[in-house]
Amino acid sequence: MSEEISVATKGLSHWFGLGEARKQALYDVDLSVKRGSLTVLMGPSGSGKTTVLTLMGCLRDVQQGSVNLLGHELFGASRALNETLRKRLGFIFQAHNLHGSLTALQNVQMGLQVHGYLDPVAEKEAARHALGLVGLSDRMDYLLANLSGGQKQRVAVARALAGNPDIVFADEPTAALDRESGMNVVRMLKKLGAARGTTTVMVTHDNRILEMADRIVTLEDGRIVKDTGAGG
Amino acid sequence: MSRLLQWLFGRLPIGWLQLTHSRTRFAAALAGVAFANVLVFVQLGIMNSMATATMKPYEFFQADIMISASDANTLTEGGNVARQWLFQAMADKDVTAGTGIFVGNISWARETKTLGLTSFGIDPVQPAFLAPVLKPKTATLQLQNSGILDMYARGLPRDEAAAIRPQSPASFEVSGKTLTLYDTFQGGGGFGGDGYLMMSDQTFMNLFPARSSAAPDHILLQVTRGADSEVVAARLKDIISDKSLRIRSYAQARAEDLSYQQTKRPTGIIFGFGVIIGILVGIVIVYQVLSTDVADHLSEYATFKAMGYKQQFFLGIVFEEALILAILGFIPGFIVATGLLAGMKKATTLPLAMTGSMAAMVFVGTLVACSLSGAIATRRLAAADPADLF
Repeated sequence: MSEEISVATKGLSHWFGLGEARKQALYDVDLSVKRGSLTVLMGPSGSGKTTVLTLMGCLRDVQQGSVNLLGHELFGASRALNETLRKRLGFIFQAHNLHGSLTALQNVQMGLQVHGYLDPVAEKEAARHALGLVGLSDRMDYLLANLSGGQKQRVAVARALAGNPDIVFADEPTAALDRESGMNVVRMLKKLGAARGTTTVMVTHDNRILEMADRIVTLEDGRIVKDTGAGG
Repeated sequence: MSRLLQWLFGRLPIGWLQLTHSRTRFAAALAGVAFANVLVFVQLGIMNSMATATMKPYEFFQADIMISASDANTLTEGGNVARQWLFQAMADKDVTAGTGIFVGNISWARETKTLGLTSFGIDPVQPAFLAPVLKPKTATLQLQNSGILDMYARGLPRDEAAAIRPQSPASFEVSGKTLTLYDTFQGGGGFGGDGYLMMSDQTFMNLFPARSSAAPDHILLQVTRGADSEVVAARLKDIISDKSLRIRSYAQARAEDLSYQQTKRPTGIIFGFGVIIGILVGIVIVYQVLSTDVADHLSEYATFKAMGYKQQFFLGIVFEEALILAILGFIPGFIVATGLLAGMKKATTLPLAMTGSMAAMVFVGTLVACSLSGAIATRRLAAADPADLF
């Protein structure tokens, strides 16, 4: 795999359920994502885009085919390898999935502490910086209950980006944001791609984002039916 | 607290933050752990007091070997021993002295309360068999129908006990005879009676006409300095013809009495069960708190898994919570139990007290029980699947 490719799937198939209830969700998906690019996965509900995202993010075991993530084959990968690779990824979930008992700052610190011991002062400084980037400098010590839906989502973005991930996997990251905030987040991801080579793979239905995407991959019934960047 | 824990763990104290996020639930959890601690403390306190009370009468005597009837499981129970075995025992080269002691119960009907007194009849001309505090008082026991009374007897006012002196004795009727109390000694109420009474064997015979001076309840022996009581007792078993007798070192007799009280007597078994139930209640409460907490935070844990946190991190959170509950729940439990034991001691005169060893034991037990609960609760962590987050 070229060093310019962050993540690639080959002949990737996936099933859910057992016995007669077993249903195939993906059929021989081949997809390579370039380092530093912003790739959008589109498609109707049940098309398999989230399944692709979770398989690429080593959140599910690969059943058939290959997923090469940051130079590591995920088919048959050990739990330890999965855990190690996940530390190099950033996840932004549609339902922010922040920790309700922690403040905004502490939530972002969790994105840093996964990498091991960091000087507490430097750690807090990095977390503050990440929150500043998403415009939440004045809400750092707020508990989640005191933040709006959009603010929570921005905290989730800050948490995902604080650890300088190689790849960001995002599932409808702008759904809870107003137009301006949503565009700011996508602009930030684009900027990170250019500056640090951070790759973004994003599932979205938000048409506002499409014009900023480097590549749009459309899935239907578990197959890629359209790819604006086919061939690489 | 949060900063201290962060410094200790080298990471954010997620367990502490989760527990304290819901103050009401945290307070309820601590109250639960404290309650379990109080249960265990009270039961242990009663068990300890039973041990102390059981050992108390043994402290009145100084002996190396005790010969008792086969059914004499305690100092105050069982049949008699023929005095002839005392003479046979004296034939052993290492036995230097021997005496018989008589045990009976005497009721002192007072205006407010009838005191049940465990009474010992001893040979007043052999003070060597008595504890040092009792030796100087034996002279008065040589008087007919005289006795010395336990000043801590339950139901006896302290000032009244203090007034009993050779120059101001107290008297009461026993079996139609007058027993005069000339002095007091330090005893204490037990589970079998309100207190103790010492008298001469002659007075004992006078008050218990059905008893024979040829058949004391126990025979006490002293051996030569340096002789091993266990070895001599074993030798006596061969010498003495009655093989049904229990011939034991005095220390062994005390230990067997205590063991009997704690493991064979219903009271001992009940208090023992009380301790176990207290521990189980604590485990169930902490498990319930922790497993609910894990269930409530499954999506957060799944998120942390997605971020790359290892299983040890989640185990650390659960054990952090278990230890916090154990430590913070122990403190109020200890304070309440100390107060309760003091109140119970005042009400019963039983030797109930919070001891350092008891506190240490319960604290360690609480840590272990909470950790065990935590270990069980961690099984629910497996349900945190990061793939479910999308």
